[in-house]
Amino acid sequence: MAGLHKSEFENPVVNWIDTRMPIFTMMQKEYGSFPTPKNFNYFWNFGALAMISLAIMIATGIFLAMNYTAHTSLAFDSVERIMRDVNYGWLLRYIHANGASMFFIVVYIHIFRALYYGSYKAPRELLFMLGVVILLLMMATAFMGYVLPWGQMSYWGATVITNLFSAIPIVGEGIVTWLWGGFSVDNPTLNRFFSLHYLMPFMITGVVFLHIVALHITGSNNPLGIDVKSPQDTLPFHPYYTAKDSIGICVYLLVFAGLVFFAPNLLNHPDNYIPANPLVTPAHIVPEWYFLPYYAILRSVPNKLGGVILMFSSIAVLFVLPWLDTSPVRSARFRPIYKQLILVMVASFLVLGYVGGKPPEGIYVVLGRVATAYWFLHFLVLLPILGKLERPLPLPESISRPVVRRPPSSGGGGPLPQGATAKPMEKP
Amino acid sequence: MADTASATVRDAITTVGAADPAKRDFLKLLTGSAVAIGVGAIVWPFIDSMNPAKDILALSSIEVDLAPVQEGQAITVVWRGKPIFVRNRTADEIKGAESVALNQLIDPQSDADRVKAGKEKWLVVIGICTHLGCVPLGNKVTDPRGDYGGWFCPCHGSQYDTSGRVRHGPAPANLGLPPYTFAGDTKIKIG
Repeated sequence: MAGLHKSEFENPVVNWIDTRMPIFTMMQKEYGSFPTPKNFNYFWNFGALAMISLAIMIATGIFLAMNYTAHTSLAFDSVERIMRDVNYGWLLRYIHANGASMFFIVVYIHIFRALYYGSYKAPRELLFMLGVVILLLMMATAFMGYVLPWGQMSYWGATVITNLFSAIPIVGEGIVTWLWGGFSVDNPTLNRFFSLHYLMPFMITGVVFLHIVALHITGSNNPLGIDVKSPQDTLPFHPYYTAKDSIGICVYLLVFAGLVFFAPNLLNHPDNYIPANPLVTPAHIVPEWYFLPYYAILRSVPNKLGGVILMFSSIAVLFVLPWLDTSPVRSARFRPIYKQLILVMVASFLVLGYVGGKPPEGIYVVLGRVATAYWFLHFLVLLPILGKLERPLPLPESISRPVVRRPPSSGGGGPLPQGATAKPMEKP
Repeated sequence: MADTASATVRDAITTVGAADPAKRDFLKLLTGSAVAIGVGAIVWPFIDSMNPAKDILALSSIEVDLAPVQEGQAITVVWRGKPIFVRNRTADEIKGAESVALNQLIDPQSDADRVKAGKEKWLVVIGICTHLGCVPLGNKVTDPRGDYGGWFCPCHGSQYDTSGRVRHGPAPANLGLPPYTFAGDTKIKIG
């Protein structure tokens, strides 16, 4: 359907461009007047925060790459040169290193939001699955980025993670050699990791774009988990949610700046300030904090292949979550049992993270196994049967009228004041 | 609750806007300035990271021993990644350079301004043609030195005299002079 767009913008330059390529109309439609449920809480800030994180990582990463050298004999020193000699190099690197942590914090909360309020359910299954793809790409990117400084943790992290693939029967060893480009983690490995570490953020950007396309087709979920029924249930994205997101961004930047300026190495390992040594493994080798839960799952299984399979399954299970959860009710606010279970699930994730950072012995092994068992029990057994057993609370009629009285202990939004229900808001 | 709250806010905005437009302009100006300063503060570290780093600035001065350079010879040394020509000029060359009338020059400058007083035989210039950045020929005795006995640029035919001054285009200016000082009779420090 070719033909010029009839632009409504008054500025002649904007109008001229918009007539030929209606990007201004698109931005106005998708981010200006976009109808958004009016009852968002601050959990709905985290998508925007994740976008900000991605932008910060790409910006700082591009400038770091200008001073980084991807060679085993130069990489460590080039990072130290960034820290000592390059103007504001310390700032760029600390933002980038802590930015990875901030990105994962934000994305984990974003995923929790999706799980708690049932954002993965029809019609948002594809939206959710694209999100899981983004998580996997982020994990790969973060892992390869951690290898680049070529410290001890970099080297041994790379060795351990690539060796996961050696668990695959028959072809495993061949795959690992292929990944390394040699017979150990060495210069070819570092070179390709740098190349891919630069590439993958742009792949993430692409999938984020698809994620947003899917979001703008289905529309956002909301804390009540019920569909938008009329324009009265929505607000234009701008200025209402641009303003609300801005507040979240300020808090996010405060926390971020706190990390960067006051505790830049809080989440780092001192061993990574020792240059890589292929002959000596550090005594305590642990991954970055955001990988600890998966690492704990890996170690819970006393079988090489079994551990690797279980670790990958722990995330793969999210791909089928929309079909595992059989309850038609989205928001945990109206699911009394699910509301308890998801807290147990979060607890099991946190326990796994704690156990992942401890030596694999004694009580930690037991804890790790219990938490791993719950993780899979939750998704594979409890969610499918819960949809049949659980009796959800009555759902409100619409977002504008969540007048169903609930006991105060159940939390969540209260009833509307009288004026609001008596006189429905007039929308343009 | 959201309904009444947003309605109240909207009413308030309308009231303020209608009652006191100057106040709204002031707020906009204030917000705009804060944004501009914030963006500037964020962007500056990125831009500055592309400026020369401390280790590069630390390499920005070198010492050159002049003792091995015989009269009539020239050497090329590297300073900040650029070639520096150091030429031990003969008496004839010095006299030639000093006797040129300034009005004959494309970029008038006396020879005395291009060397250190009392050390007229040492000419130190940046060996980069002021046209488009090629390195002129003339340091080796076998090189073409052009009609003025100095340097000849092979790229576009610019010619320099024994004071490094441009005598024939297309170059617009004389060969540049690096900052340098004599550290003793036979040693200079460039940068």
